[in-house]
Amino acid sequence: MSNKDAYWNKTKNHMIVTLVLWAFFSLVIFMFGSELNTMSFLGYPLAYYMTAQGSLLAFVIILFWTANKQEKIDEEHGFSEREDD
Amino acid sequence: MFKGDFIQNLPKIYGTYTGGFLVFIILMALAEQAGVSAKNIGVMFVAFTVLIYALIGYLSRTVQVDAYYVAGRQVPTVFNGMATAADWMSGASFVALAGGVYFGGYTYMAFLVGWTGGYVLVATLMAPYLRKFGCYTVPDFIGTRYGGNLVRACSVFVLFIASFTYVTAQINATGTIASRALGIPFEAGVWVGLISILICSMLGGMRAVTWTQVAQYIVLIIAYLIPVFWISSNVGGGIFPHLMLGDEVARLGELEQQFGLVKNSAADMKAAGVPGGLKYISGSHSGVPEGGMAVWKYLSLAICMMVGTASLPHILMRYFTTPTVRAARKSVAWSLFFIFLLYSSAPMLATLSKLALMDPNLPTGIIGKSISEVQSIEWVQRWSEVKQVFIADFNGDGILQLNEWFMRGDVVVLATPEVAGLPFVISGLVFAGGMAAAMSTADGLVLAISNALSHDIYYKIINPKAETAKRLLVARTLLVIIGAAGAYIASFRLTSILGSVAWAFDFAMSGLFFPLVLGVWWKRATREGAIAGIMAGIISGTVYLTWVFPKFSVPIWGGVNTPFLGIDHLRFGLIGAPICLVVMVVVSLMTKEPSPATQKLVDDTRIPTGKAILGKQH
Repeated sequence: MSNKDAYWNKTKNHMIVTLVLWAFFSLVIFMFGSELNTMSFLGYPLAYYMTAQGSLLAFVIILFWTANKQEKIDEEHGFSEREDD
Repeated sequence: MFKGDFIQNLPKIYGTYTGGFLVFIILMALAEQAGVSAKNIGVMFVAFTVLIYALIGYLSRTVQVDAYYVAGRQVPTVFNGMATAADWMSGASFVALAGGVYFGGYTYMAFLVGWTGGYVLVATLMAPYLRKFGCYTVPDFIGTRYGGNLVRACSVFVLFIASFTYVTAQINATGTIASRALGIPFEAGVWVGLISILICSMLGGMRAVTWTQVAQYIVLIIAYLIPVFWISSNVGGGIFPHLMLGDEVARLGELEQQFGLVKNSAADMKAAGVPGGLKYISGSHSGVPEGGMAVWKYLSLAICMMVGTASLPHILMRYFTTPTVRAARKSVAWSLFFIFLLYSSAPMLATLSKLALMDPNLPTGIIGKSISEVQSIEWVQRWSEVKQVFIADFNGDGILQLNEWFMRGDVVVLATPEVAGLPFVISGLVFAGGMAAAMSTADGLVLAISNALSHDIYYKIINPKAETAKRLLVARTLLVIIGAAGAYIASFRLTSILGSVAWAFDFAMSGLFFPLVLGVWWKRATREGAIAGIMAGIISGTVYLTWVFPKFSVPIWGGVNTPFLGIDHLRFGLIGAPICLVVMVVVSLMTKEPSPATQKLVDDTRIPTGKAILGKQH
């Protein structure tokens, strides 16, 4: 397998992991909205908290994490851009 | 004058600008103390900020093609994040989002998740690859990847429908805010808004829009956050409302029980003469509605908004302006961070403003009081005059019930500062913020449309030999025409701000999402597949919209139709996008595999390093 193919496989797997996390915070938890709302976080009902703030914050964190991880994959395979590109 | 050292000096320049704006706010506060009228303060806020944007637009003028289309690809990560956030957060986000949460509660907040979660799709599936490709516009990618003028034209068609739907709503919002702040009629406000928008974008294209959007983000975020924190400490919500409103949310639940959530019948509302566009609270603030259908309604709305986000050309094109692929990825993360600052505050503002009106223990509370008493409150009188609030005593007991208080959603943001007893300077600031939000999005949209028409239709299809000067002349002429057309339509006030904003997402996801994703992620996708998919998606989605939306279905289909599986007019992308996918895959598999050259092009797109597919100037 060429370096390019190996790189693309890793990138693809990384994409899938990111999208699983995304689906969890955007869709899965809201399938159980009424169950979650019986629990509380910071004094807010949990499902309310997630839709008002929690999931939004999770997306921000996912995005920084996924960008850093992808940069590592780039480096490993020698596809990292120079700063002045 | 705007090369090299300008980019290095950005933090200093915008730092000074932010400081200057804060000084301006303080000066206005002093002017208010000195007796300058509320109206004049509003005028000064809007005029001062718009002049600054115009100045930035003028200083960013350019005669270079790549500066005009992609800001010379030198916008640093964090600044591109701010510009994208301003591009993204529209007049609707600024003035209507908190109102939406106020009336819709939990159910409405599917929009919050949808309008943020979509960025994960942008970052993983689209932005870095489109940046590597080196295209000027979204149809530029589709046209080059699939090859041919027809597929290029089809994608311009979808871009036009989606962005134009959106831009009329933005110009409408600009007009509303300009008319209220400057005290001029709405129709005049629309044209004032349009001129402001064009000044920012005409001379410098993407470069000018980028630097004005950064300036607009700073104004809009200051204008949104100051009132939220201030109101919160005023009504006893604590200094950091985001983490401290648990008790208030619980209290709202109690008050909902106490007053009862009653649904008014349409006949009652008509008989009482409730003005159009005004709403009342009939749903729970934090409670999750029971049942599978309610869950599906939430999820389906979130899906449409997320997928739509990842297909909207005016957002995707912001990531063409970063220096590198890596910067494009990081820039998506920064964009969402800056968006998060405002979006996570909207539910807090809604909670505070709802509590201020509903809690009889607070001096600002009006629900449960006698109607004559409420009608004598100054802000109620002022907003009643302009038909933004309304009282209908359905049960005739002379006491204001929860379902008898009607209000336009925008009022939550625009009036809460005065309801909570903040000085008028804050209301002036909010006007400036709303104007910044509406203008920045309108700028991005008008530019997305006119760039696609000038680059993809005029230069790539009609006259590939056109010289730079002529291309830019065409681009600027189209910009003015598109803006004027948007303003002309907006002046008719066809639909409420949010209705049509959601449609833009559905149109974009119906015709563009899968052609973009598969263009990068599936080498087997062919030109014929893309053409068939785009057209099948946009046509089926549009036909379904006419079928399900009563205002269209009555004249076209002769009656009102029940939405299929709960997919109503806000969610019609759920019909268009799957049809687009299926048609695109089936037709691709039936047609000849793309040429080795195209496959190589896709391979190169997937790798961050190496030459861009399209040259620096093309």
